Amino acid sequence: MNIFNILSEIEKVDADVHERLEHISRRSMFSTIGKKVSAYALPALLATTIHKAYAATPGAIDVLNYALTLEYLEDEFYKMGNAAANLIPAAEKPIFTQIGKHETAHVAFLLAALGNKAVAKPKFDFTAKGAFADVFTNYKTFAIVSHALEDTGVRAYKGQAGNLMAAEDKPLLEYALQIHSVEARHASVVRRLLNTKGFVPGAKGWITLNQGTPAAVYAADDNLTQGGVNLKGLAGKSDEAISEAFDEPLNKEQVLAIATPFIAA
Amino acid sequence: METQNLGSSPDVRSKNESVKSVDRRNFLRSAGMTTVAGAVFLAGCDKDDDMTPTPTSVDLGSGDVGILNYAYALEQLEAAFYTQVVATPFSGITDAERSMLTDIRDHEIIHRDFLKAALGNNAIAGLEVNFSSIDFTSRASVLGAAKLFEDTGVQAYNGAGNLIKDANYLLIAGKIVSVEARHAAAIRDLLMPNSTSFAGDDIIDAKGLDKAVKPADILAAVKPYVKTTITASNLPTS
Repeated sequence: MNIFNILSEIEKVDADVHERLEHISRRSMFSTIGKKVSAYALPALLATTIHKAYAATPGAIDVLNYALTLEYLEDEFYKMGNAAANLIPAAEKPIFTQIGKHETAHVAFLLAALGNKAVAKPKFDFTAKGAFADVFTNYKTFAIVSHALEDTGVRAYKGQAGNLMAAEDKPLLEYALQIHSVEARHASVVRRLLNTKGFVPGAKGWITLNQGTPAAVYAADDNLTQGGVNLKGLAGKSDEAISEAFDEPLNKEQVLAIATPFIAA
Repeated sequence: METQNLGSSPDVRSKNESVKSVDRRNFLRSAGMTTVAGAVFLAGCDKDDDMTPTPTSVDLGSGDVGILNYAYALEQLEAAFYTQVVATPFSGITDAERSMLTDIRDHEIIHRDFLKAALGNNAIAGLEVNFSSIDFTSRASVLGAAKLFEDTGVQAYNGAGNLIKDANYLLIAGKIVSVEARHAAAIRDLLMPNSTSFAGDDIIDAKGLDKAVKPADILAAVKPYVKTTITASNLPTS
């Protein structure tokens, strides 16, 4: 199973029942809210979001499902990591608990926004077919996979912003940006941990050139050309500094190549 | 989506902006050279012998130019702040802190100079800043201000995203905002190590969302730090 298959399957379904699903979902949502306001307080709070998402273009639905799949991956990763005995030192537990809390919230948010159009959660293999065999028993491996997932998330959301520019998708663009910067905060703090724990000496909160493991996560992040202009030498700053000042996007194919090993066959 | 190239992409801006955009694109092509050659100025330099005349007010303008000027104004503020932080380090600063703050200073200067070049003739003047409320000898004061500026920057870019018309500019804003978020988390981690503060419940809501704040509210928040009056009345609002 891969992300593209999930998305294309859903698209087929949507093409057939798009209107009907939308209509039924709205009606049942409204009647639910009407009858049981107190019992369904949370769904009611999310109703605005749902409504907006359903007004979104098919392209935006694809983007949200793509995001949801990545959030499923992150959420389950932290659920397992935070539950693993003797993995995360007590002193650093607040960091990963907080990150896990956000990923769980992102999944819930995207599920609510997508309603019946949400893709199912794939089965994951966090060893990435053996590449990270000790991911839940070795803190260093866990932290390295963590920062790679977060940096991938940052680059993946960034790569989709331009696909959410239709007028009806504008609220979704803002939500996507609001998730994007949270992923960047996560990435920063885990990257700093890699340095302080001595796992990756010299690691900073930001990405220098294309340095990092796995290499595919950091491919082409050493780009110095912005807006069609090579910024080399700008303000007398180093290539390292210029590359750090701009995070680069990844497209779906690149993200798929990174994520596929984590999805169980 | 592939990384796009501002200099050669189809012009997707509205017709009434197309003439300006050609100028901007031409300028952008040569921006690398001009900025390196000598357009590096210290925005917000508050010395009396500052050679750059600073107007008492600036108008950010309209459309995407207005949004880029808005970003340029915020980056000027950040660059000026960290330039001062690195020039007059707070007492007891560690090597790791100095190194981190120097990195951030460089990133903000790069953002500032890049935006200035991108805006070309449409760029607002250098702003005059007012950091009199910040005690640069105090770690708590400096890092507290840094936290405010970084969180504000993140919220500003998040709130400006859906006001941008050109996908190329949106991508560039996206490339910058995540770096600001990395800064914000790092500063917060310095203030409260190994806590949840890097993405604390004070700024991230129950849905796991960072804030997105519109220009009027951002400009009101940074007003105490800018002497120059910033007019944003022509910025897009939707």
